[in-house]
Formats: sequence, C-alpha cells, structure tokens
Amino acid sequence: MAVLLTEKSKIIVQGITGKEGSFHTGQMIEYNTKAKVVGGVTPGKGGQKSEHGLPVFNTVHDAVQTSGANASLIFVPPPFAADAIMEAVSAGIELIICISEGIPVRDMQRIIPFVKASKSVLVGPNCPGVISPGIGKMGIMPGFIHNPGRIGVISRSGTLTYEAVSQLTAVGLGQSTCIGIGGDPIIGLPHLEAVKILAGDPDTDGIVMIGEIGGTAEEEASAWIKENVKKPVVGFIAGQTAPPGRRMGHAGAIISGGSGSADSKMKAMKAAGIHVCESPAVIGETMKAAIK
Amino acid sequence: MKIHEYQAKNILKKYGLPVPNGIVTEKPEDAAAIWDKLAQNVVVVKAQIHAGGRGKGGGVKLAKSKEETIEHAKAILGMNLKTHQTGPEGQLVKTILIEEGNLIEKEYYVGITLDRRISKPVFMVSTEGGMDIEEVAAKTPEKIVKEIIEPGLGLQNWQAIRLAFALGFEGDMVKQCVKILHGLWKVYDGEDCSLIEVNPLIATKDQKVIPLDCKINFDDNASYRHPDQAELRDIAEEDPLEVEASKFNLNYVRLDGEVGCMVNGAGLAMGTMDIIKYAGSEPANFLDVGGGANVETVTNGFKIILSDPNVKGIFVNIFGGIVRCDRIANGIIEAAKNVEITVPLVVRLAGTNAEEARDILVKSGLKLEVATGLKDGAEKIVAAIRK
Repeated sequence: MAVLLTEKSKIIVQGITGKEGSFHTGQMIEYNTKAKVVGGVTPGKGGQKSEHGLPVFNTVHDAVQTSGANASLIFVPPPFAADAIMEAVSAGIELIICISEGIPVRDMQRIIPFVKASKSVLVGPNCPGVISPGIGKMGIMPGFIHNPGRIGVISRSGTLTYEAVSQLTAVGLGQSTCIGIGGDPIIGLPHLEAVKILAGDPDTDGIVMIGEIGGTAEEEASAWIKENVKKPVVGFIAGQTAPPGRRMGHAGAIISGGSGSADSKMKAMKAAGIHVCESPAVIGETMKAAIK
Repeated sequence: MKIHEYQAKNILKKYGLPVPNGIVTEKPEDAAAIWDKLAQNVVVVKAQIHAGGRGKGGGVKLAKSKEETIEHAKAILGMNLKTHQTGPEGQLVKTILIEEGNLIEKEYYVGITLDRRISKPVFMVSTEGGMDIEEVAAKTPEKIVKEIIEPGLGLQNWQAIRLAFALGFEGDMVKQCVKILHGLWKVYDGEDCSLIEVNPLIATKDQKVIPLDCKINFDDNASYRHPDQAELRDIAEEDPLEVEASKFNLNYVRLDGEVGCMVNGAGLAMGTMDIIKYAGSEPANFLDVGGGANVETVTNGFKIILSDPNVKGIFVNIFGGIVRCDRIANGIIEAAKNVEITVPLVVRLAGTNAEEARDILVKSGLKLEVATGLKDGAEKIVAAIRK
C-alpha cells in the first residue's frame, strides 16, 4: 500500500496536449503499473485523442463523469494554474498535484481557503509530484531511481529528492511514497500535513524530511513529530550556506524577517529527536542506521 | 523585485495616498532649482538605494537653505553609501530624492506581507516607528499589532479602524490613518506586492498623517500582469554577474566563496553549496541551470562562473532525471570547448546512463575529474583547489 497515490487512483492530466504535459503523460503510462492515466483535459480539444491515445475532455467535470478520474496532475501555464486547481476541486478530484512553476502568490492565497474547505488534497504547486513505487507516479520524477519499500520521503525540491531517494535505494531501502511538496511560499500540503499522512501509514516505517531555508514549516512539523511520531525521522535542511535576504531559486527559499534560517530549522529538528544530517550525502546511511 | 523609495511613493500617489512633495534628480546642479520649486523652509535630501539604514549611513540629510541643499546633494550623489544592508562594499548613490520637510510629532510602523504559516497576508502596525521592525518583533513583540487579511475579501473597515486606534490616533487623525491603510492594501493587492513597509508613517505637528518612507517589493511571478513594473527595475542595484545570468535565464546568486557550482534544481544547488562547506571550502555561487542542462545552458553557466575572479575551481553536479546523463556529458564536453576553463573542474553525473556518461567524460581528453557521488565530488574539488 501507499498513501496519496494508490492503486485506486485514476489520473487525468490537465494540460495533456501541452509539451510538458504530453511528455510526462507518456512517462507515466510507461511507469505506472496500478495507478492508471485515464485521460486529460484541454479546453477546446474535447472529443479528440491525445498522442498517447487517451481521451481528451474540455473540462475536468466531463473527465470525471466519463472516466471516473479521482486524481489530477496539472501542467497548466502559471497565469491559468490557480484556475485549473479550482476547477479540479470543484469537480471533486481527491488528489490534485500542481507541477506548474511561477504562479503569483496572490492567486494562490485566494484559492487556498477554497481548497481547504473541500475534501481535495492539493500537492504543490512548483513541485516534482508524488510517486508510490510499485504503483505509479504522478509527476516529473525519474521513476527508475525508486524502488518499492517502506520509507516515506517528503521534500520541497526535485533533484535533491532524487538524490535522497537514490541514496536510500543504494543502501537497500525502498520507498513507500515520496511526496514533493513544492518550493513556493504557499503550497497545498506543507511539511506538517505531509508528515501526518506518512506517520499514519502502516506501510511506512521511517520518514525522510528534506527542508529548505525560508518560512517555518519545518519547525512546525518538528514540533508535531516530537509529540506524535514514533517512527524514525531523518532530516536535512538545504541552504545552510545561503545568505539572508537572497532568494535561492525557489520563491520560498529565502531567509527573511529573522526567520527561516537553516540553523533554527536544524535546531528544531534535533530537539524533536529527528536524526539531522549536516551533509546531504549521508541521508541514506543515516536512515539505514536509524531504522534498525 | 525591489524598487526605490521615490518609485514606491509614486505608486502610493497614484493610489491617492498623501505622500510628501518631492523631486528626483541624478545631478547635483539641479538642487538649487528643486529648492526653489519646493518653496519650503526645510527639505530632506535622501539617497535612493535599495538597502535600508540609509539615515545612519549618512544618506539622508536635512537642509534649511538653498546652499545647504546644494551641499548635501553634492555630498550624497556619488557617495558610496554603506549600511547594515549593503554589506561592507557599500552601494553607489546615483539618484537623490529632495522632498519637503515635515515637523514630526511621532513615528509609526506599518507593513503588509505574506504570513506563510497561514497563507494569508498580514497587516502589521507598531507605535515603534523608525526602528528596525525585526528588532521590535524580537524585543517587544507586544508592540506589534496584527490583522490577518482574508485574501478574497481584502482589508475590512473594522480592521483598519482597529489598527488606527492601536496606533493611538484620535479624532480626525483616525480617519486619515484608516484612509491610508485602505490605500496601502489596494497597492499591495493591486500591484501584486510581496512586501510594503511604511517606516515611518508620521503624525506631523499640524495633525497630518503621512507616509514618510516607503519600501515595496513585487512578486516576480506576477510581473506578466504588470508590464509597467519592468521599467522600475534598476540593474545598477544588482550584481552585474546576476544581471548577465538573468539574460540567459539562469538562476544565479553570487556568494563569497571560491568553488563555483553548477547544478540542476534549486534544492540540489543549495545542497551542493552546503556539502562544499562541509568538505572544507565555501561556495562561490548558487547556480541552477534547470532541468534541461543542455549545451547552451552549461556553456553560459561556465561563462558566468568564470567571470567571478574568486572562483578557484568548478563543481558540476547534475542529477539527470528524465534527461539521460550521456547526453548531458556530451553537452558538458561541447560547452567546455566553447569556454576556456582555466580552473580545476570536477563533474558528477547521476541518473540514467551515469556510467556511460563517466566513460564519455574520461575519454574526452578534457582536463577534468569525474566524481561518483555528492561527497566524492565535493572532496575532489576542494582537494583540487588546495593543490
């Protein structure tokens, strides 16, 4: 079993006929064994087939009605992405993953209350997606570096997650579900919520939490872990060498207003009993030692 | 994106807020005419740089005569202004704002920014105006009053009234303050700001409420909605290498160390900086070449990194996900031919076809070391620059 993305997931791709959407749909069709891609949405192209032979719908509502979709992966350009998320929420999609990078903060802050008032779970935006090895992936991560197993991974970034996953795989630890939560200041599923999901998963024995400078989400997750999580948790914070006030690529990765430094996050993690890695090269071996 | 005080005040004015009259110039010889035009007993000459702390650094001066105005304009224009935010190298002052003086009765702080914990904007006010608000937050947090804004609704009237009374205003000044707070919210929301700070907001001796200073940052993701904002960018305030990198669509931040880094992905780029420090050196930069990592981006990346004279070695760390490593290896070889690489180079490629890629790099005849992992790569580049 896995969380978020399971064998019951029926996936549609919003923006399936775009360059990115089309390419990654192909990758998912190839990789996914149980969580199947059932179609896509591009307004105005309803009734056509995608290059993969999947049905294309004009609206998410149509896709849900016809294909029974319950998960949506969004590759819509940033000016229209918040709207695409709301459409998916309104159509009753349970799992919405938004890959789009560059959505204005104002758009996200306006739709978040709407998302929270619904039963939908939003992952991202600006994230690599979610993968449950052995079941499938909903995102842009390379599937082959993952192996089915019992470690859950949570991370704000893409390639750094791949790094951690390949280290886990190298020490013989597979993954239950890896959640790329996204690098923006406003995201649907912050660290704390992602930790709660993996902590409650009977098929996850240990959690890797990869944070970044900026915000206080890692501190909040740590406080909850301290009180509630018995499983071993391994943590790393990227940006220990980043100067304050400079945005490090991700819109959310910025030390500002005296908060968000790697130091304060690592302290909070240590105080919560999390195994903190100072170097990003020892995430795999640290989990290997902690899980024993 | 950051903008200058005078630009921020122009925006406030456009939204109907009462900002002091002022005139901007880059030429000290304009000072006399500006004094005449403002026709005041007192003016303030203010250096226009993005960094805060200008007053303490000598970049803000009061003038009570035409002569004094000219004198200050001459002294401030062209000065290298050092504040706690500019760093020790300081910032050259190219523009000044000469503004009518006000008799200040009291100073306040007003700010709006995103509270990331709740994904909503928060209005903050304090009676401790003119001070560094982070210091106030740390020492006397009870002196900051907050109102959380529902993003779909905006600032409500009761919220503005509560904040105005929290600042201790009375009578007509409450009305003036409320009007200003509503105006600031309209600017924040309407211009897609990530930060507005009015520090200080002042009460004058003749009972007027005026934003005396203003700092605005824009959300870069929303710039497509505001084509006019691009004109407000002042590249003289930015690192020349970062400006150059932005032309190539590269995400580059210059740092103080000696190991240049080229990485795909922001998180891994930060992780790579960290492991260089862990291996005993310091990173010279943050550079995310993005998912593609093709000949063009790698070539440009090398050019930017090598333009920094502090760079003593380069560590290329690419996690090839969907893109195959052998392709990336060929890209690096091609790029290395376009740019003369004069410092030690360590390349680490991980992902699909990583071993094949290593072979390609080794056999290329290029002067480089191939690393197998993150730690190995960091140690190799640090050893190479220590030779």
